[in-house]
Amino acid sequence: MSILVDKNTRLLVQGITGNEGLFHTQHMLAYRTNVVAGVTPGKGGEWVLEGKVPVFDSVRIAHEATGVNTSVIFVPARFAADAIYEAADAGIQLIVCITEGIPVQDMMRVRNYLDQKGIRLVGPNCPGLLTPGEAKVGIIPGDISMPGNIGVVSRSGTLTYEVLYALKLVGLGTTTCVGIGGDPVNGTSFIDVLGMFEADPQTDKIVMIGEIGGTDEEKAAEFIADHLTKPVVAFIAGQTAPPGKRMGHAGAIVESGSGTAVDKIKALQDVGVRVASHPEEITELLA
Amino acid sequence: MKLHEYQSKQIFSNYGIPIPSGRVTANAADAKQIAEELGGHVVIKSQVLVGGRGKAGGIRLAKSPQQAEDLATQILGMEIKGLPVRKVLVDEAASIETEIYLGITNDRAERKPVLMASSAGGVEIEQVAKETPDKIVKVHIDPLLGLRDYQARDIAAGIDLPREHWRTFGQIGRGLWQAYLRSDATLAEINPLVITSRNRLLAVDGKMVLDDNALFRHPDLAEMRDVDVEPKAETEARKFSLSFIKLDGYIGCMVNGAGLAMATMDIIKLHGGKPANFLDIGGGASSEKVAAALRIILSDANVKAVLFNIFGGITRGDEVARGILAALQEVKTDAPMVARLVGTNAEEGRQILSGANMITAETLVDAAKKAISAAQGGKQV
Repeated sequence: MSILVDKNTRLLVQGITGNEGLFHTQHMLAYRTNVVAGVTPGKGGEWVLEGKVPVFDSVRIAHEATGVNTSVIFVPARFAADAIYEAADAGIQLIVCITEGIPVQDMMRVRNYLDQKGIRLVGPNCPGLLTPGEAKVGIIPGDISMPGNIGVVSRSGTLTYEVLYALKLVGLGTTTCVGIGGDPVNGTSFIDVLGMFEADPQTDKIVMIGEIGGTDEEKAAEFIADHLTKPVVAFIAGQTAPPGKRMGHAGAIVESGSGTAVDKIKALQDVGVRVASHPEEITELLA
Repeated sequence: MKLHEYQSKQIFSNYGIPIPSGRVTANAADAKQIAEELGGHVVIKSQVLVGGRGKAGGIRLAKSPQQAEDLATQILGMEIKGLPVRKVLVDEAASIETEIYLGITNDRAERKPVLMASSAGGVEIEQVAKETPDKIVKVHIDPLLGLRDYQARDIAAGIDLPREHWRTFGQIGRGLWQAYLRSDATLAEINPLVITSRNRLLAVDGKMVLDDNALFRHPDLAEMRDVDVEPKAETEARKFSLSFIKLDGYIGCMVNGAGLAMATMDIIKLHGGKPANFLDIGGGASSEKVAAALRIILSDANVKAVLFNIFGGITRGDEVARGILAALQEVKTDAPMVARLVGTNAEEGRQILSGANMITAETLVDAAKKAISAAQGGKQV
């Protein structure tokens, strides 16, 4: 078992003929993810990667022809919101957006639109999802994790890889790793994923990787207190970040007294979550 | 990206919000001329991107054109919180009866813009929010619908605005929404919006912050950037699409990924060191980018050691290693370097660096400790 993506994932890649899209499609295929179609407007009818994946002109056409159920988006930021709307209107139920740098007003409109339709978006500005041994949807390197019983959810990218790799080095594997992304407005929050891990019989323990900015970690703490029976270990990045400075991610900023690492760590510790002082300590706290 | 008051108010004016007559200038003689045109009674306002201009003496009233020139001369020679005053706004002085706060910003928790108003305008709204939160009225705006007229009326009623002003207030609210929407702002605020002794509504001060990610569709607004406000290294970093923030420590950091970069800084601190910067070289960093990043790190004289922490995914260890070597050809330095490469092509990367007299590390903790001790040794140089 796992959450969101697995062997039954029938994946569509939006922006499949771009550099990023093509490169990562190759890696997703090498991981034996079920990539069934790609979309690039104007390139319908072509095939990519030695004829392995057909390209369609629109998500609607690809959906009708191949029955895809999940889409991963690699299109540039200025076209990304449109790509998400297109996937949603074509009836794709799970949309994963890797693209970084989407304007926040675009994302507010996107999120409110998707909520009305009941469609799940993961990201944007995220590394995607990895269910070891079954499906890699996005850019998380496949070889740094193995199947296991730990659910991982993270706002970060390479920091997540660091944690997956540290887990693997001590023989710990994951059910699914979900990168929810570092933007101020995104599709899926910690709470959503924590709820899914709680309901997943294969997941025994949960690792949550947060960072400064916003109040999602504080909300997650409340949710953990009220709804979770499984143990959670957390790490919060940005303890040394000065206020008012954006730490790379659009969402990683301490604003007018809220969003600090100290607040988040305290909120989590108050509900019994063990918080690691550095990423490598997570493995010790899981033992 | 923050806009100056004069830029923000100009945008507000374009959307039909009444602002005082006035002009911006970098020259005191000009200030006198403007004051004459405006009838002599003016306010001279320093244009710097920090709060607290008034308290610092950067906003002064002038009763005559000559006084306007004198005050402009003074203010143009000032530094406010470390920022030089290069321009002053000369505005017609308004006689103020009431001060209101009106602003639109992003409420990330609600994933919607929020319109806020308070009858306690003129001071820092954060302070009002903390001390007397009931003095702020808020309404969330559906981003798919935009601000509706009834919402502006609700806000007007909520701050006990006299009914005679509701119509104009509604126009100002709509104007502010349009300014926020069409500029891709993350903040558009009028503080204060005043009722003058002639019973007119007037946006006396304005502030806008724009979404950097949206500047691609606003080239005209992107040109308004004031680079005085940030350290030169940050301006330089932006040219190479590097995400860089200068800090006050002595260990330079080069990391791929924002979260990992923050975690690397944290771990240095945890072991008693102080990071000199936040630097995310991003995914798939090329040699040129790595070289630029290293130049920027070493341009800080406080840097006593450099720590490279690269977790290869899209970014390949060998490519980063080549970038480091290329940069070292160019930038001569005595600062010791600690490299930790993990992931894609890390082994090749380590081999490339093996001839470069670098300290290598396996784990994050190991890397941080080695960088700290190297920096302490390096201090004697």
